[in-house]
Amino acid sequence: MNWTPDQPIVSLINVHKSFGAFEVLKGISMDIMKGEVVCIIGPSGSGKSTLIRCINALNDIQAGSISVEGQEVHDDNLDKLALRKKVGMVFQQYNLFPHKTALQNVMMAPLKVLKQNKVEVEERARALMKKVRLEGKENSYPGELSGGQQQRVAIARSLAMNPDVMLFDEVTAALDPETVKEVLVTIKDLASEGMTCILVTHEMGFAREVADHIYFTDKGVIVEHGPPATFFDNAQDARTREFLGKVL
Amino acid sequence: MLDAVQEFFRQLATDYPTWNFVFFYEDRQWDKVVSGLWMTIKLSVICVVFSVVIGIVGAAMQRARSRFIRGIVQAYIQFFRNTPPFVQLLFFYFALGAFTPTYSPDGWLEVPIISNVGWAIISLSFFAGAFNVEIFRAGVEAVPQSTQEASEALGFTRLQTFAYVVLPLALRVSIPSLNNNLVNLVKTTTQAFVIAVPELLYQSITIWNDFPSAQNPMMLVLFVSYLALVGILVLGMNKWERVMRIPGYGA
Repeated sequence: MNWTPDQPIVSLINVHKSFGAFEVLKGISMDIMKGEVVCIIGPSGSGKSTLIRCINALNDIQAGSISVEGQEVHDDNLDKLALRKKVGMVFQQYNLFPHKTALQNVMMAPLKVLKQNKVEVEERARALMKKVRLEGKENSYPGELSGGQQQRVAIARSLAMNPDVMLFDEVTAALDPETVKEVLVTIKDLASEGMTCILVTHEMGFAREVADHIYFTDKGVIVEHGPPATFFDNAQDARTREFLGKVL
Repeated sequence: MLDAVQEFFRQLATDYPTWNFVFFYEDRQWDKVVSGLWMTIKLSVICVVFSVVIGIVGAAMQRARSRFIRGIVQAYIQFFRNTPPFVQLLFFYFALGAFTPTYSPDGWLEVPIISNVGWAIISLSFFAGAFNVEIFRAGVEAVPQSTQEASEALGFTRLQTFAYVVLPLALRVSIPSLNNNLVNLVKTTTQAFVIAVPELLYQSITIWNDFPSAQNPMMLVLFVSYLALVGILVLGMNKWERVMRIPGYGA
């Protein structure tokens, strides 16, 4: 199947995922268009993180279909490298390589995975460090950086692979309140440049401001979804209203 | 000057018959000490390198998806860790050595393609390697799963993740235990004596068989040599540990 940009860049159809006997996702479907910013919110344990981890095949699924740019992810013969070139991911705990400097962290995947030219990779990595506003921190090791700085390095590291879609898994949840903002600003920059972003987040203000579409999940299903204005101000479902009442 | 030294030890041997430093005034014995020491150094260095390589390869194989491969590594560890290295040396040289092909350099003599030194290297490397696999495995297990996941998400294969992320971090965790095991290995090279590898212990015993009065001095040579060799190894490992230290990582 040839994908064209007028089709959803990420498409989930009736996705089921279980850990043993415990069913985490019970039939999730969503379509995300190129350039869209989508926030997935919901109570803990509702399967949000599992959901986006399935999109880049870090978790497998039991039934349903996930496709990225027309390529089926739920496939035993999946070309994982091809998928991961398209989909970047940033984690809650940053997960930087502690034995490499910030710049080396950003350079590593293009060098070792894509085997690109070192001079060009370094040039791009330096530009990315500048983009996430970490100029001057190139030679610092992750252990010498604050949480917010580490998370921005992690974003730059992901961007170095030139992905078409970025997944953010509660990337501000482990941060101090004052550093949350610097990371959100970076993500906002990305979104405004037209990067397709799928975020799992608890930052309701941010979701409202940046997202094109909000999904609310609970107990493995999508309870309600819609553009932020309708979603936040005019929620239909009782569970959504209860959740929003707690967090807003 | 040299003459004076030789004269001093000759006189010492006459005055104190149990302190005959015969190698200081007899060239043949001096050569034995030097060649024994050299063999010990060669044996130690080669076995250290091989055993570390075996340890890394073994630790990588333990991550294999195939249960068969993991089973082989487990069997290897159990065999080499739980039997005496002395017996292993005998087994390799006499039992396996009997099956190794021979070649004939001069058309007369049949020489096995693996010499006793070769068997000592193989046997001791596998012996220490078994411990190294376990040491590296502990290091590998200390690397957070989430770090490996991040590298996987960036497109690294399992092997690349091991080579570029897991191993460099595991090595750092493993250095102290590795240090201990390598010290042990250097000391265990003396057991190659049993298959007549002409290392320092072997040469020392040859000397004191010829000169019973040289037994005390030869023991002194052995202690001093091993203290020095192990000392150098430990210094090197400590330096390596410092060089590998990551700023801001760990305590």
